[in-house]
Amino acid sequence: MTDVIVASAGAAVPVERPAQRRATWYRNAPLIAGMTITGLLILVAVFAPLIAPYDPNKQNLAVSLVGPSAQHLLGTDQLGRDTFSRLVFGARVDLRVGFIAVLFPFVLGTFLGSIAGYFGGWIDIIVMRLVDTVVAFPFYVLVIALVFVLGTGERSIYIAITIVGWVSYARIIRGEILVAKQLDYVLAAQSGGLSSRRVIMRHVLPNVITQAIVYAMSDIVQDILAIVTLSYLGLGIAPPTADWGSMIAAGQDFLTTHWQLSTIPGLAVVLTGLGLSLLGDGLADLLRPGQR
Amino acid sequence: MTALLEVEDLQVEIRNRRGAVHVVENVSFSVESGRAMGLVGESGSGKSMTLRAMMGLLPTEAHISEGRVLLNGEDLVTAPRRRLQQLRGPQIAMVFQEPMSALNPVMRVGEQIAEGPRVHLGLSRSQGADKALELMRRVGIPDPERRAFDYPHQFSGGMRQRVMIAIALSCEPRLILCDEPTTALDVTIQDQILRLLTGLCADTGTSLVFVTHDLPVVAEVCQTVAVMYAGRILESGGVTEVFRQPRHPYTLGLLRSAPDFAETREGLIPIPGAPPDPYAPPSGCVFHPRCAFATADCATQPMPLRQVTATRTTACIHDDRALESQKLLPVAQ
Amino acid sequence: MNQLSLIGRRLLQLIPVAFGVTLVAFLLIHLIPGNPARTVLGIHATPAKVAALDKEYGLDKSLPAQYLLFLNRLVHGNLGESLFYGVSARTLIIDRLPATLWLLVYATVIVIFMSVPLAMLAASKKNGVRDHAVRTIPLVGLGLPPFWVGIILVEVFALKIHLFPVDGYGSGVAGHLRYMFLPALTVAIGMAPVIIRSLRASMLDVLGADFVSTARSKGVPESRVFVRHVLRNAIIPTVTVLGINIGFLIGNTVIIEQVFALPGIGGLMIQSIFNRDFPVVQGVTIVFAILVVLVNLIVDLTYARLDPRVSLTR
Repeated sequence: MTDVIVASAGAAVPVERPAQRRATWYRNAPLIAGMTITGLLILVAVFAPLIAPYDPNKQNLAVSLVGPSAQHLLGTDQLGRDTFSRLVFGARVDLRVGFIAVLFPFVLGTFLGSIAGYFGGWIDIIVMRLVDTVVAFPFYVLVIALVFVLGTGERSIYIAITIVGWVSYARIIRGEILVAKQLDYVLAAQSGGLSSRRVIMRHVLPNVITQAIVYAMSDIVQDILAIVTLSYLGLGIAPPTADWGSMIAAGQDFLTTHWQLSTIPGLAVVLTGLGLSLLGDGLADLLRPGQR
Repeated sequence: MTALLEVEDLQVEIRNRRGAVHVVENVSFSVESGRAMGLVGESGSGKSMTLRAMMGLLPTEAHISEGRVLLNGEDLVTAPRRRLQQLRGPQIAMVFQEPMSALNPVMRVGEQIAEGPRVHLGLSRSQGADKALELMRRVGIPDPERRAFDYPHQFSGGMRQRVMIAIALSCEPRLILCDEPTTALDVTIQDQILRLLTGLCADTGTSLVFVTHDLPVVAEVCQTVAVMYAGRILESGGVTEVFRQPRHPYTLGLLRSAPDFAETREGLIPIPGAPPDPYAPPSGCVFHPRCAFATADCATQPMPLRQVTATRTTACIHDDRALESQKLLPVAQ
Repeated sequence: MNQLSLIGRRLLQLIPVAFGVTLVAFLLIHLIPGNPARTVLGIHATPAKVAALDKEYGLDKSLPAQYLLFLNRLVHGNLGESLFYGVSARTLIIDRLPATLWLLVYATVIVIFMSVPLAMLAASKKNGVRDHAVRTIPLVGLGLPPFWVGIILVEVFALKIHLFPVDGYGSGVAGHLRYMFLPALTVAIGMAPVIIRSLRASMLDVLGADFVSTARSKGVPESRVFVRHVLRNAIIPTVTVLGINIGFLIGNTVIIEQVFALPGIGGLMIQSIFNRDFPVVQGVTIVFAILVVLVNLIVDLTYARLDPRVSLTR
């Protein structure tokens, strides 16, 4: 209410938007924080072989269940494997799978959402019914069931996540295209002779894709969570490969004595989630002003 | 005789990153028991803020930085929250501009009307319901027994405003503040609502402070009027006096640019220029940049409201020129 | 009567979804590479069992015929027979359903008690210190693996401080309340970030609305203004958000049941996966879908009840 009063009573309200937008990304705290955290994690994952002091799968029963020490920064697990090294290599696996896993739903969902939104009619109805069907299943239930029938392992994870995850992208893209179809500039372009398809491809889709990209950032978090969860349940990355989920599962037996075995990999997941969420928020802020 | 309401040097300040703004500056007026005062001005002149300050319902960014609001001698500005709650409803009430957004969309109308009395008078559920029915009849809502169970969105605009009036009247306050109550309504309905309001207040001896930008309405409803601009009062006095013999160039300008008043002339004469930036108000008289009668003094001297006659005040040092101009080019009554 | 037509309409819309769901569940077994029966049975495969499974699922018939057979059995409430336990899958599921329902309801109650005060705290002063503090919750919260949260809670509240039992279901209502607290809390923590974010936003919206001023101008005490005017309006969009996230919530119970060894249908599903007990897996999947659809229906009805502007007969 105040804004209305001040704005109407003030004749000259200085407008500084356009020039500032360039500089805003420095000031965008979530973006910077997110980029930093995520960047660090990616670096750790990429340079894992250089950072990790030990081979993550090397067992050494002589030093099993040792607490944090100079030789083993975070101690060892019950098979004598260095926790720190496993953590670092786990980052490699989980981040890699997470980032890849988001691609297929993104592509599939964008495609289906686009044709549903653009063509409408039967295609739209079919796609929406598909959406309803997938959504009727709880996320993990369907993923687990799919992983069960497809067998465990990386490939199944990608397939399962794709089958379940395309839905959100399809909805977003379809919604945006439906809105865009009504916009004045589309109608104007059409009456000017440009096919609406051309207008949509060149003007609408780029805008709309940014929404999907922002969503994808939070989706990566969900995918990493899914992978870690599946591994915890024994349905994901096959042991002995180091991965945060299986580390937590393995550590569960030693909760009373060596609680760090289960706790620390979880913290790694939380940190990853934090970094990506911040990045997503920052990106959303960046891509939003002036766009609509 | 002390007036029912006395506002003294009210100042409302808003602080944000750009600085501090006084959206209401040095506002003083008084209202007698049983009388209606109009508060006119353009959008952004601070009229709504004044009302809200009086009720203690300012938005979070704003606060009263100076002044007193005396209701029956009691200062509402310094009153603790508990006390304000006790006063709101039984002593002072408000009718808002936009009845659709001013009513709770998920609460039945009867309940909303009964809420005040139930809180203040301790009425039971059924007593409250009865009271609500009685009030609905008073404000002319047909078929109240059924309508009391309806929700706001099921009423027309005019009916909703009647509900708001019923709510304002529910605890029989001494003073009702009206914030542009008819602006959002159809012209045909406006009249009905105004009549209702004035009739009810005449019956019960309730005082009114009536905020509007619509001059003819003020002429119809109020006995006194104060003209606001950029958060300040520029002129005040009896309504017929002020409108027939304005003592401020701004008032003159308003009268000339108001459609209903200007009907006898060929065209409306709008006031040139635009309202000032509240962050950088003009020095001296706040209106001088747009004033046809402005002199060098107007830009440098402070312009407080001064008493011209027993009932008239004005903030203009050239008020006689406004009078002259009015005589030459009279505005229709 | 209005409500009946809403239910009726929704059920009608559900028919294609029902087909889709049954189709997916049906096709699951056919996604298995190689001979489904053999793969499902895994190391338990003997020629006799394989043949039995083949017959059970009519795997020797054509695909559409199989589907019809499957549907036919479904309609009669036959979800197949457990390969592991030898009893009907339906019996197993009905047996274990209460625990899951307990978990869901308990978690929902906890999440409401958690979210409302926090959202209120944040909305009381926008961009204030408390607001920023509450806003970090979704940031961190969305990255929390639910099972890990469960483990941490067990670590602290069951092992270090012996406040709650480590796992299990308990007996009797009081027992359930105690035993299920940590699992329900875990599920609630999973839900909370989304709910808090939505509730905070809608509260901020409502707090700025005129009718709140009206209520205050009536001299209504602040507590009543908050409950009857602000909250009552603010929960409406949040109910929608809850509905959208229901699938995820129900899915999380599967994991949590595993962590806390709860005898619910989620745990049943996971066990059956390791037991290669395909009929049960299939049956539970379908039941979960039914659960989601039912809960969505309840959410929709609740929304219609809460918001009188939504007409029930459209």
